[in-house]
Parts: sequence; structure tokens; C-alpha cells
Amino acid sequence: MNLAATSVSASRPVIQFDNVRIGFAEGDILRGVSFGVQERETLVLLGETGAGKTLSLKLAAGLLRPSQGSVEVLGKPISTMEEDDLLDFRRHIGFVFQEGALFDSMTVGDNVAYRLYEDGVTEAEVETRVLEALRFVELEHTVDLVPSELSGGMRRRVAIARALVNQPPIVMYDSPTAGLDPITSQTIITMILRLRDVYGVTSMLATQRLQDGFALANFRFDPQTRKVVHSVSNGNAAAGAKMAATRFLVLREGHVYFEGGQQELSASNDAYLKRFLV
Amino acid sequence: MADTPLGFAGREAKAEDRVTVGRILSDGLKNVVASVQEYALLAGQAMRAVVTPPYYTQDILAQMDNIGAGSLPIILLCGFFIGAVMVLQTGSQFTRFGQSSLTGDVVALALVRELGPTLCGLLVTGRCATGIASELGSMLVTEQVDAMRAMGTDPIRKLVAPRTIATLLTLPLLVAILDFMGLMGGCVVSVFSLRLSAIEFWRRAIDALAFSDLMQGFSKAVAFAFILATVGCYKGLTVRGGTQGVGRATTQAAVLSSVIIIASDTFLSKLSLFLADKLF
Repeated sequence: MNLAATSVSASRPVIQFDNVRIGFAEGDILRGVSFGVQERETLVLLGETGAGKTLSLKLAAGLLRPSQGSVEVLGKPISTMEEDDLLDFRRHIGFVFQEGALFDSMTVGDNVAYRLYEDGVTEAEVETRVLEALRFVELEHTVDLVPSELSGGMRRRVAIARALVNQPPIVMYDSPTAGLDPITSQTIITMILRLRDVYGVTSMLATQRLQDGFALANFRFDPQTRKVVHSVSNGNAAAGAKMAATRFLVLREGHVYFEGGQQELSASNDAYLKRFLV
Repeated sequence: MADTPLGFAGREAKAEDRVTVGRILSDGLKNVVASVQEYALLAGQAMRAVVTPPYYTQDILAQMDNIGAGSLPIILLCGFFIGAVMVLQTGSQFTRFGQSSLTGDVVALALVRELGPTLCGLLVTGRCATGIASELGSMLVTEQVDAMRAMGTDPIRKLVAPRTIATLLTLPLLVAILDFMGLMGGCVVSVFSLRLSAIEFWRRAIDALAFSDLMQGFSKAVAFAFILATVGCYKGLTVRGGTQGVGRATTQAAVLSSVIIIASDTFLSKLSLFLADKLF
């Protein structure tokens, strides 16, 4: 599977939020949020329930429009694009929803093949790519099952397979380990590490589990050994630059409360941030 | 930073709004206007998706099977008994004047012009509009609709258009079947209750019908098909409140669709009679 890297220049973020504001009848959830995600970077969104993590992912995917501000993805102003243009654009984005959001009237194979069928891919190629995607998440044997026959963790993994089958350069993860046991959560994180380190996707991951973010920051997937290993650059600037960066963004009361790397987050003396580290 | 005694970070409390009768009425009116606007937008998008490609042919066929073939048992049964009841009621009145032979004429006209399309619309609303609302509502609350959009699929073309096209194609056929079964039921009752000849009943029923009567009935069927499909889809795609909201949407789809069908029947009948005079 060959995932194409984005063609955006190194200095320009792949995803850029500028003073984004969005709210509903209850009030504004995001109140002027600005941040960027560089190519091959993983941005971990943290915050309390209702802080706007899922909203941020949906804004980045163009599923919602901000009431103010702008969102740019791969150089395109998606916050002002028409829905017809957005439908085409979203083929560049994979989205893993919180509960998987699999189509329950279709088999696992048809779920993963959905986008390929929409793109008019031939039946032979569909079968090959679906099995390849399911092999990536180690669920090849479930191709003929329906979602109701899968466990929660398996549904998340199928959702990951569905998101990556058409090789998008950007992947959004909405609480991919929520409600899962620690072992299954580790399996999901391993999949995400593989996607990041082997195929170089840019991603945003919303989570309430700080350990998921730290796992992405401290570990990498080694394609030679096919194992997750501790990521140590040993002061090697070239190696450090090659490693995909993981940054953290904490949302609080509609604003960006913290933005930075794992070390800055761990070293912070802020009382609110410390509560995430407990 | 949180400064409450327990250190919990909360949200700023919203100022309580004064509740007045005027405010309730104005909020209610605004909601109705907003709903009408949203429905009109969805109906317009559905119309555009019906007349422009791409089409999801497999989905259309699946929906035709569900809406058309799936509704056959209820249409066959109800049609038969509707015709039977009509003959019983009208026949008893015509017998008083010694004109029981007119029963076939009246039942045929009433069925084809009015009762066939309206009752068929209401029966299919109860069976299919509710199913559409609950299916789409369930998809919405489980983020399947968002997943569809995230994968570049227009939910209007994938979900609304196939159901609308299927209903537009199958409801007129169901109306024709209901009309026929109604006349069958009426014929059976005429023979055994009113002692009329079956051949006489059918001859009078067919002779009473003009092309304009058929056009009235089937044009109403097309209008009712559009109404029940789009109302079901609208209610399903605007669900709020999780699974409880899905249940509410299902009920509202049935009620709203039924009311709109009956209300529009009045205007369509007037229009049909006017056009029948002018055109036929």
C-alpha cells in the first residue's frame, strides 16, 4: 500500500485553523481557535468532554462550517467551499469515528470497499485492496461478517481499514480507544503508529486518554522488525527530523489552553494541565 | 483556572431567560418556519437528485422492492375490504331508491378519483415513511451519515433520492392495484349482498370511468409519493436526541405525512377537477 505524501510546502501547515468560532443553540463551543498541523505530524487534541475536540476534527474534515474564521486543509479553504466540492475533496481525508460508524446493513468487506465502489474501482482491484487494508488491521478473516458480529475493538479496526483503503494523506481519529480495554487500546495505537511511521500520514487525534498521546510521542513502528519500539533520536538531528512529530493541543472553554510537545506538557506546572497528567 | 472549592472547571452560567407566553409562541412560530424552510431545501435537493445523475441504481431497486413489493400484502387486503365496505354502505342507500345498479359506478369513481390514492398514500405512509424515518434517524445518531459524507458521498443522492424515486415509481402502481382490489371486493359484496350480476357491476364500473378520472387518481399518487418519501427522509435526517429522538421522528413522520397528504388532497382535487374540465 503506498500512501501519497502531501504536496504542501514544508513551511505551510497541512491543516490550518485561523480564529475559528463555532457554536450551537447552547452557545459557542470554540471561541477563536487557531493552530496548524504540519505534514507528517500528529496533533493530539485533549480537553474535557464538550471542549470541542470532535468539533475540531469535523471542521478539519469539512463536515461542519465555522461561524467565524477559516479552516484550510492541503491549501484549500474548506470552510468556504460548496458541499459538492467538499464531497470530492474529502477523498483526501480518512476519518475514524468514535464508535466506528460502520454501515450496519453491509458486511465488513463492503464497508471497507465503500469508497472504492464510489470511485468506480474494478471488482478485482476492490477485492485486492480491501483484503490488503484488512490485513493491515489484522482482520482479514472478518471480511464476510457484519458489524453486529464484531467486538468494539474490531469495529474500530475495521473503521481504520475503511479510512485508509483509498490511501489518504490525512487521517482524523475521534477517540479511537474510548471504551476499550487496555490491551485492545494498545492494538489500536499500534495501528495508528504503523500508519504514521510507515506511510507518513498527517493526523489529528482527539482523545481523553493522555497515555494514547504519550504512546504516539514516545514510540514508533519499526518497519524492519515490524514492532513498536521506543523512539530515541539519541541527539541525532537527522534521525530526530525524520521521526514524525507529535504535538499536544489542550482545549479549554473554547480556547487553546496549551500547545506544545510532550516534554513541555509533562514539565508544565499549570494546575489544570497537571490534572491531565494524573 | 478552576476556582471552585472542589477544583472542578465548569462553564459560565447562562443568564436565565424570562419565559412568557409571547416568547413561547414566537419561538414555536420560528421553529415551524425554520422547519418548513429546511423541508423545502431538502425537497428541492431531492428533486434535483431525482432528475440529475449519478443514480444509485441498486439502491433504487432495493427500495422499490421494500416500498413496492413489501407493501403489496397490505394494499391487497385493505383494497379488497375498502371496496367491500363502500358497496355495503352505498348499495344500501341506492337500494332505497331502486337504483342499486348504480353502485358500481359510484364505487369505481370514488375509488379511482379519491379513495384509492388517498388511502394508499396513508397506508404506505404508515408502513414506509415511518421505516424511512427510523432507518435514516438511526444512521444519523450512529454517525453513519457523517461517515458517508466523510467518504465523499452525498447523503441526498445515496439515501433520499433512491427512496423518493422508488416511491414515485411504485405508489401509482400500488394505487392501481388497490383500485382493482377495491372493485373486486365491491363486486363480491354486490353479488352476494345486493344480488347484482358480477358482469353488470364490472360493466358499469368501467363505463363510469373516464380518462380524466384516471389522471386525477394517478396524479395524486405521484404527489403523495413525493410527500411521504421526502417527509420520511426529512424527519429521519433531522433527528435530535439519540434513540428517543428516532422514536419521536418516526411518529412525527407518520403524523405529518398523513396530515399533508389529506390537506393536499383537497387542493389537488380542486385542481384536478379544474384541469379535467379544461383538458379532457
